Amino acid sequence: MLELPTWADYLASFFIIIGASFAAVGSYGLLRLPDFMTRLHAPTKNTTLGVGGIILGSIVYFSVSDSLSLHELLIAIFLFMTAPISAHLLAKAGLHLEYKMISSTRDLREHPEDYSDKSQHTAKERDSERAD
Amino acid sequence: MLAFAVPFAFVMFSIALLMNIYRLFLGPDAADRILALDTIYINSLALLILLGIWHNSTAYFEAAVLIAMLGFIGTIAATKFLLRGDIIE
Amino acid sequence: MSRILPAPWLSLFLLIVWLLLQNSVSVGLIVLGAILATAIPLYTFRARDFPLTIHRPGTAVVYFLVLLVDIVVSNIDIAKIILLPRKKIKPALIEYPLDLTNQVPITILACTITLTPGTVSAELSRDGNTLLIHALNVEDVDALIATIKQRYERRLKEIFQC
Repeated sequence: MLELPTWADYLASFFIIIGASFAAVGSYGLLRLPDFMTRLHAPTKNTTLGVGGIILGSIVYFSVSDSLSLHELLIAIFLFMTAPISAHLLAKAGLHLEYKMISSTRDLREHPEDYSDKSQHTAKERDSERAD
Repeated sequence: MLAFAVPFAFVMFSIALLMNIYRLFLGPDAADRILALDTIYINSLALLILLGIWHNSTAYFEAAVLIAMLGFIGTIAATKFLLRGDIIE
Repeated sequence: MSRILPAPWLSLFLLIVWLLLQNSVSVGLIVLGAILATAIPLYTFRARDFPLTIHRPGTAVVYFLVLLVDIVVSNIDIAKIILLPRKKIKPALIEYPLDLTNQVPITILACTITLTPGTVSAELSRDGNTLLIHALNVEDVDALIATIKQRYERRLKEIFQC
């Protein structure tokens, strides 16, 4: 590592420490939360901000020590675009395979069987009843 | 300050990775393992960027971009397989 | 919407991504990037079956800034829930009624919901009218729905005029 001017040193350190802390908290949430759907919340949100912090620190470090360098932003853009998509698909998988949720979950769905693979038959039956 | 911040971040990310690996072995469901793998690739990508700062080299950047892309595709493929039992429909 | 530039925003995005990837700006790189940014949308245009125009770029910028602030807020929220000693959390599965009809705004709304405080979008219903949301810790469901409508859906409607 090169020596940076004091302000850049503190700014980059600030971003890196914030990012690392959030990433660790997110992973701790993955370990600790009670069921799959709640576990999904922790890493999808906190790791994106964690990587975002590291990337901001890296931009400050390379821009000050060398010349303006923004290509790390590419990773941040990519992660912010893809993290919701993988979270969405995982949530869908959790719903369709009917993983157990903790008992305090309030289920406000009108037709829960629409979101399940196991009871497709009943959904079809309901549709045919409705058609009649 | 950076001489403290970067090793601190290394430690934090290593702890995070250990917790992810614990969840990967613990399960209990397949989706939990996929979620753990997803988190592992994001954390290791951040470790690579930190390594780039530590060694003052931009060569790690390409590796990080590749990990980001392949990790995303891997997660999507695994989840698709879990949902449908098939990847390309 | 001209013949040479069927998707101007996509072209601009591609040019910016190209310059970021190269990590330097010179005349040659900009010319090469401009050629790629016109050629790729021309080549892939027929595969885009969703006509889309951004009517209010200003609102889009505001939306993006609101989103950035909300991402930070949501991270602090989740960190609190994880780190505070085990207090009873109240997850809920909520059906959110959509006003939007176009595919792309719905996709953006779903991604936004996933990135913002305490909610993950889980599935779009088959008729495309409701979005299923899983909320991590929510007391008042109606207030949450109203917040999402006010904060995001209204702006998206303005941006895309649909």
